[in-house]
Parts: sequence; C-alpha cells; structure tokens
Amino acid sequence: MADLAINLAGIRSPNPFWVASGPPSNTAYQAHRAFEAGWGGLVWKTIGDPIVNVSSRYGAWHAGGARLQGFTNIELISDRAVDTNFRELTEVKRRWPDRAVIASLMVDTRARWHEFVRRAADAGADGIELNFGCPHGMCERGMGSAVGQEPAVAERIVGWVMEAATIPVIVKLTPNITDITVAARAARAGGADAISLINTISSIVHVDLDALGPLPAVAGAGTPGGYSGPAVRPVALKMVQSCAADPAVGLPISGMGGVAQWRDAAEFLALGATSVQVCTAIMHHGFRIITDLLEGLNDYLDAHGLASVGELTGRALPAVRKWEHLDLRERRVARIDYARCIGCNLCHIACEDGAHQSIDLVPPGDRGPGPGRPPGKPIPQVREADCVGCNLCSLVCPVADCITMTTRPADGPPLTWAGYQADLAAGRIEPLPPHS
Amino acid sequence: MPTSPKLDAATLAANLAETCPPLGPQAARREAERCLYCFDAPCIRACPTAIDIPAFIRKIADDNPTGAARTILSANILGASCARVCPTAELCEGACVVRGEPAGPVPIGRLQRFATDAVAAASPRALLPPSAPPTGRRVAVVGGGPAGLGCAAELARLGHSVVVYEKRPRAGGLNTHGVAYYKMRPEVSLAEVALVASLGVQFRYGEELGRTITLPHLELEYAAVFLGLGLSGGRRLGIPGENLPGVVDALEFLEQIRLRPPAEVPVGHVVAVIGGGNTAIDAARHAHRLGARRVICVCRRGPRELAAYPDEVAHARAEGVEFVFHARPAACEPDASGHVAALRLDPHAPPAAVNDEGYVLEVDMVIRAIGQPPAGLAGNQWLPGLEFTPRGDIARDPLTGATNRPGVFAGGDCANGGREVVHAVAEGRRAARAIHTRLTGEIPPELIQASGRGTLSADGPASKTPPHAPLTGGHHG
Ligand SMILES: Cc1cc2nc3c(=O)[nH]c(=O)nc-3n(C[C@H](O)[C@H](O)[C@H](O)COP(=O)(O)OP(=O)(O)OC[C@H]3O[C@@H](n4cnc5c(N)ncnc54)[C@H](O)[C@@H]3O)c2cc1C
Ligand SMILES: Cc1cc2nc3c(=O)[nH]c(=O)nc-3n(C[C@H](O)[C@H](O)[C@H](O)COP(=O)(O)O)c2cc1C
Ligand code: SF4
Repeated sequence: MADLAINLAGIRSPNPFWVASGPPSNTAYQAHRAFEAGWGGLVWKTIGDPIVNVSSRYGAWHAGGARLQGFTNIELISDRAVDTNFRELTEVKRRWPDRAVIASLMVDTRARWHEFVRRAADAGADGIELNFGCPHGMCERGMGSAVGQEPAVAERIVGWVMEAATIPVIVKLTPNITDITVAARAARAGGADAISLINTISSIVHVDLDALGPLPAVAGAGTPGGYSGPAVRPVALKMVQSCAADPAVGLPISGMGGVAQWRDAAEFLALGATSVQVCTAIMHHGFRIITDLLEGLNDYLDAHGLASVGELTGRALPAVRKWEHLDLRERRVARIDYARCIGCNLCHIACEDGAHQSIDLVPPGDRGPGPGRPPGKPIPQVREADCVGCNLCSLVCPVADCITMTTRPADGPPLTWAGYQADLAAGRIEPLPPHS
Repeated sequence: MPTSPKLDAATLAANLAETCPPLGPQAARREAERCLYCFDAPCIRACPTAIDIPAFIRKIADDNPTGAARTILSANILGASCARVCPTAELCEGACVVRGEPAGPVPIGRLQRFATDAVAAASPRALLPPSAPPTGRRVAVVGGGPAGLGCAAELARLGHSVVVYEKRPRAGGLNTHGVAYYKMRPEVSLAEVALVASLGVQFRYGEELGRTITLPHLELEYAAVFLGLGLSGGRRLGIPGENLPGVVDALEFLEQIRLRPPAEVPVGHVVAVIGGGNTAIDAARHAHRLGARRVICVCRRGPRELAAYPDEVAHARAEGVEFVFHARPAACEPDASGHVAALRLDPHAPPAAVNDEGYVLEVDMVIRAIGQPPAGLAGNQWLPGLEFTPRGDIARDPLTGATNRPGVFAGGDCANGGREVVHAVAEGRRAARAIHTRLTGEIPPELIQASGRGTLSADGPASKTPPHAPLTGGHHG
C-alpha cells in the first residue's frame, strides 16, 4: 500500500483527491457524503455575497454514446447565505478533522476580503482558495476571471488576502488567458502559498438549430458558459505543466479539469500537481467514483515501486521538452498484426487521405482470414520505406494492439533541431533534404 | 378443417407480433455508433443491391435518419421490406467486421428499418432526387413483385415511361402475399408499390402474360420488356390422398392470414409440414403461432443438409417445432368424414426418428412445402421463341438480364430459380440499367449516393469489384 497522504502548502489530506468548488461542494450534507465515500478534501462552493442564479444552467457535449464529455455551466457562486455556508463548513470540519476543508472565496473590496478571510479561518477551514477564475456572471461585476485575467489586479488582491490570512492561501487560476504562467507568477508575487487550475473555459457548447440560440437557453437566450469535463483535460494538463515547470512560479499545485478516472489524476500528478480536484465527473456519477480513483492510483504506485503519491508528483516533467530538443533521427514505423486485423481498412483510408499514402490495399495472399476477414478481400499493408511514423493509423485502428508503432534503426546519432541549427551555422553539416 | 384450435385474441396477437420489433431512436443511435465506418466495407459487397451501409449508418449516428433513408432507397427502392425480410446473417451482417464481438454484428437490418420507418409517414418520394427528363421511350414490366418493382423504379428514375402488368389485384409479389407475417406486414409492401407508382410508374392489374397479354404484342408496343414473373405455386407431392381436405399448399396457407382475420385462418391441431426449406419453416412457425398443438416438419434430408437457413431452423426449434429427418411421405390418409387424419411415411426410407408414432403420423393438417417450380411458361404459345433453362427458368445473362430475344430481359425468381427479395430487386435494377443502355446507347448515371468506396490498389485507382456474389441456384422450397 502506497502512502497516499499529501501536504499541499501546509494543507494535509489523507489522499490527493479533493472535491472541487462547485455544485457537489455546496452543502454540509454533500460534504458529509463526499467524506463518507472517501474523498480526501473538499473546496467549498465559492462563498461571497449571495447571488441569484438562472434556471436552465447546464449544457453538454456527448461524444457519441459517451455522455458529458464536455460540460458547460452558467451558474454563479453560492446562492446560499454567507452565515449558512460558514456555519455548515464548521460543522463539516468538526466531524471530519482529518480531511482538508477549504473555503473558496470571492468578494470585491479590500475590507470584504479581510472579513471573509478571517471568517474562513474562524470557521475552521484548513485553507482558502481565491476564485479568480469564474468566466461568466461574476467577471461583469469585477470579480472572478476579470481578476484572473489582469495580473496586476490579481497580485494586489492576493496581497490584501495575505494581510489577513492565517491559513494557507491557494489562488485558483482561469485558463481564459494567453499565458497561464503570467497569472501564476502574479499569484506568487502577491504572496500566495499555492495555485489551483484550471477553472472553466469560456465556451458555447451548442447552438440550438431550431431556436437559433446558444444552449443552455434561458427564456430564448443564452450566454457563454464555463467548459469542463474530459474534453478540457489536455488543455488543463498543459497549463499545469507550464506552471510546474516555470521556476518563477515555484508554488505547489492543485490540478483539475476533466479528471474522471484514476489515470487522469495520475497524469496531473506526473505533470506536477500535488492534489487533484474533481467537479464534473462527480456531477455525472456521484461521489462513489472515489473508490476507483483511490484503488487505481494506489495499484499504479505499487506496481511502479513508488512508496508515496508525492514521488509521482512532477515525475514526467523532465521529459516535457521544447520541440527543438526532440531527436530528429528517431524512426518509427507502423506494423499491422494480421492475426488481429478485422479488415475495416480504416488505417488505409486515414493514411491515404489524411497522412502519407503509405498503406496499400493488397491481396491477402497467405495471411489467412484473421478474426473474420472476408476471404479474398484486400487487406492493408504498410510500405515501411514511406511511412513517416505519424501514428495516425494506430490511432484510428479500432482493435487493441493491432497496429503498433515500432522503432527502426536510426539513420545516425541523435540530432535535435537546436543541434542541427548549431551544426549548420558552424558548417559541420549539410542541410537535410526536404521530404519528397 | 373440421376443428380449428382457438386462441384468445390477446395470445393470437402476441403470437403474430413482429418477431423483430423496431429500434427506438436512442437504441438506433447507440447501435449505429458501433459501426466502424469501414473503408471498402465488406457489408456493402455482401449486399446484392450494394447499399452504402456505412454511409447510412453514420447518418443515423449523426441524427440524420432522413439522409440515411435517402442513401438506402436510392440503392434499393424496396429498402423498407428488405430491412425486415433479408436473411441479414447470411448477407450484410454476416460480413460485418465486428461480428466477432460479444455484442455481435451491427444490426444493419434493424437500422435500415429505423431509417426507412423514419420517412415512411412522410412521402419517401420527396427524398429521392427528381427523375431524369423523359426519354420518350416506353418499357413494359411484367410482374409487380420485387424484381419488377426494382426494374420499374430504376427505369422511371432514368426518365423512361413504365407500365407494370400484374396478374393479381395487388402488386408486391411474395412481399405482399407470401413472406412470413411476423416478419413483415403486407402494408409495408403495398407502401413500396405506392412509392414506385409515385415515380410515375403505371400499374395495370389483372393482366396476365400468356393469358390476357402476349410477348409479341408487348414487343410491338414497347421499346423493351422486363419479365419478373416469380415462380409458380407450390410443387405437388404426387402421393395418394394429396387432394384430401386438410392437405394444403404452403403458399396458400401463408396467404390466408392476409385474406381473413387471423382467428379465422384454418389450422389443424397437429400439423405435418412437408419440406425442409425456408418456406417449410415459415409455414411451420405460422401454424404454431396460429394455435397448432404440435407441428412436425417432415424432411427428406438430414439436419445438416436442410435448405433452410440455420438461424430459421434454430428459431423454429426454440418455438417447439419438431423435426423428422430422412423421411419420405407415402400417402395422406382420411378419417371417416374424408378429412385428412394421418400422414403415412415410406417404411423403405427409415427416418432417423419418428418418435413413437412409427411410420404413421396422426395429423389433421398437412402442409406441402417442397418447393416452387418455375412459372410453367416454357412452351407457352404466347411467349414464342423465348429460351428457358432445362429446369424451366428463363435463360438470361446474369449480369444484364438479357434473354435470347432482343429487348426482352428477365430477373428475380423466374430467372434465378428462386432466391431472396434482395436478389430480385438487384436483378431488376441491373436489368433496368442494361435496358437504358440499350435504348439510349448511354451508360446510365449512378443514381446511388456513394460515399466514395472503390478499391485503390497499389498500381492504380478504382477497380470496382461487382458487389454481388455470383448468381447461383435457389434455396426456397
Ligand atoms: C413463403 C416464402 C417466404 C419467403 N420469405 C422470404 C424472406 O423472408 N426473405 C427473402 O428475402 N425472401 C423470401 N422469399 C423469397 C422472395 O419472396 C422471392 O425471392 C421474391 O419475392 C422474388 O421476387 P420476384 O419479383 O422475382 O417474384 P414474386 O415475388 O413471385 O413476384 C412475381 C409477380 O409477378 C406476378 N406474375 C406472375 N406471373 C405473371 C404473369 N404471367 N403475368 C403477369 N404477372 C405475373 C405475380 O403475381 C407476382 O406479383 C420467400 C418466398 C416464399 C415463397
Ligand atoms: C456547475 C459548475 C459550477 C462551478 N462552480 C464553481 C465555483 O463556484 N467556484 C469555483 O472556483 N469553481 C467552480 N467550478 C469550476 C470547477 O471547480 C472546476 O474548476 C472545473 O469544473 C474543472 O474541473 P472538472 O472538469 O473536474 O469539472 C464550477 C464548475 C461547474 C461545472
Ligand atoms: S504511421 Fe502515419 S505514415 Fe505511417 S502508415 Fe501509419 S498513417 Fe501512414
């Protein structure tokens, strides 16, 4: 059993999985259920001056039969009374002393920030998360992503918070910005203890083609909402990696955006996150997904000989390089396993129309019928000399392990673009011929 | 029938319900999403009408059932009936590359039904692009079954003016009169006839080639003639007692359910069905559904040599139909009232199992299903000079349907010896295209919407292989 406990800037939790600030962390009732299920921490639904929500709040993009692969909301921060939120937070922390309970806050003036930061600490919160990320509704009022998108403003507000803070402060970043590290550096400059990311991505998930308006619709109209769920994960992973790899940021990270399965979480950890937050997947399936997250992560750590989850944090960062430091001489080619090939020929048409015309359809010869290929029907065959090793065929192939990418002997010693440029400049090398 | 077993209305309705109910929209989309959208898909090659199956299924997945129906109907005007009656396990679904998965092949037939149902309420005609401008050429189609309809529709779409001569009061052929009721309702077939009529095809009912009309007359009046006559009624047993009350032909029995309320269709308590083909199985399953206590299929051959599809035999067995193999019927014997009361088997051909009954099966109904002979027009004086095969099928070039008489074409059961609905449609359609070439000197434009199949080989583009298996003998009987 690997040690799953974490310590993020002084906030401890028995495992790295936190319920993200959102509908699942709205009430004490839900927090109890989350902790009963096994979640290590919970970031309370953002507390601020109560707002009024619209009815009809969510929209979704379903990838074929897989529902909610992308999820959009136009909800605001908590619509419950401030007193109620803090009272319930106190109850929850009292009942679950070993879990991390973090108060997410969003207010406007310096005095209000001071007041709310103190109330969070008084309520017993283990930490504070500053919501600088909500992309809709609050920014029009000079809060949320309006703050997160202005580094100078963000830095000043973090400063106000730190004046009053007695517990660790996490700044939650909006992805709706060109370079996330600029916002992260501002948080650092303001004195924050940690950062969390990503909040939702500004989006229009669908257009209702009959009503000709965006979804979700409120009385015939709509507004761009915040995108979350599995579809945003690659964007979130990149942003976490950028912050983790930037020495000028140098803060512990709580990563999120599209985590639904343990592998997703492990990927965030490997790219530098210390804890991982989940919102949409809980909205989809409930708190019970925690058992899979815990088991899967634990088994993975055991299988890879990692004694604690902390050992995984940041482990993939060294292998993330700039393009110019990749080896130009590596040669990969696609290999088709005819014992698995079912004859759909999707690899052929993908390579033919979308890549490098390197897969022919040829008579099957003595390759046998495989798992049900109709006898005599042409089968795909890779012309290895022309294959550029792009992976496309192996990605479109619907059969596991049917097309594998294999490494061919390199054409010479490793050569990076940076090295090539240097060698060229020094006259040590001839220009590489262009591809025919 | 002296006593016809009575089932209560609810049981009867349940027994006769469609065995393959339609898919709902969500199930259809889910199944459609299992389709891999193969390139040069094997299912297309396995479909005699070469419907672009991956293309129509993708449209279902894309919430575009109208487009799916357009793809289907432009390749196969009888797409709705084929969706219900095609032996898909032997055709498209039998070639599906995911058929090895636990969930089985993509249910192509049911998806085809979903798409064609989706447009059935509206006018499917509106889906198809406008027909070519009139060519001024007139073509006669004799026989309004699947072959004739397939031919007439394609000719009309190519701009020819078409008259269908049909001897019965209704067209559709066996789709209307013979195919198992629990597979398809005759209304579906009649709607297809209406669709063909909406393309401008005229139907003349009660006109029978060889009786009210003659081939020479048609040849004079029309630029070309297509013969889609089907087969004749069932073959006779040639044994004593065959004419007793209670001994019936399978086709007549199967037609009854269309002619009167199901509760009034005469059926025995214990029924012997003679034959081992798909028609015998259909008749046996019908008898069972209509309330027969026991149904015994008496087959000349062994379980492995049956002409019926293994799937169909398995269904029949699961429903309780019994089988006697290697048996040869010798006589039908009457009771005191003269009604059939027993089927006597030939003791010189000892069947593998005759239960305890020995060589006399006590039955009160015998259904004959030992195959349909050719239409019996060979030598008819009103079709002078037309060549027939030794079997009695109309001799024709299997690729074009051309007979020995210039301008006369044939297809479907009357020429292929008896296959499936989809083969008849495909042959009718192919003959229509050959007729077009004959009349105009042009290769007809491709009316099928294709999503770009065709096989690119290393040495050059597009060698299209024929989408159909070679035409060989029949298996209905
Ligand atoms: C009991 C039974 C069940 C079957 N079940 C299936 C099934 O489940 N699935 C499947 O795919 N196939 C099935 N078949 C086979 C299928 O019905 C035939 O292959 C198909 O109908 C052949 O079409 P056709 O147009 O060639 O002939 P037919 O359907 O027989 O149509 C011929 C038409 O021509 C008319 N006609 C005949 N002679 C003349 C004349 N001299 N003058 C004018 N008109 C004439 C007839 O009235 C009829 O309308 C079944 C067949 C039978 C007998
Ligand atoms: C309906 C909904 C409401 C949310 N409300 C808040 C909020 O009040 N405060 C906040 O910081 N983030 C909020 N978020 C953002 C989530 O905490 C999280 O950053 C984002 O959804 C990405 O994670 P996920 O893909 O696991 O959902 C909300 C997200 C959703 C879907
Ligand atoms: S890896 Fe790319 S180039 Fe090579 S065969 Fe596959 S699709 Fe074609």
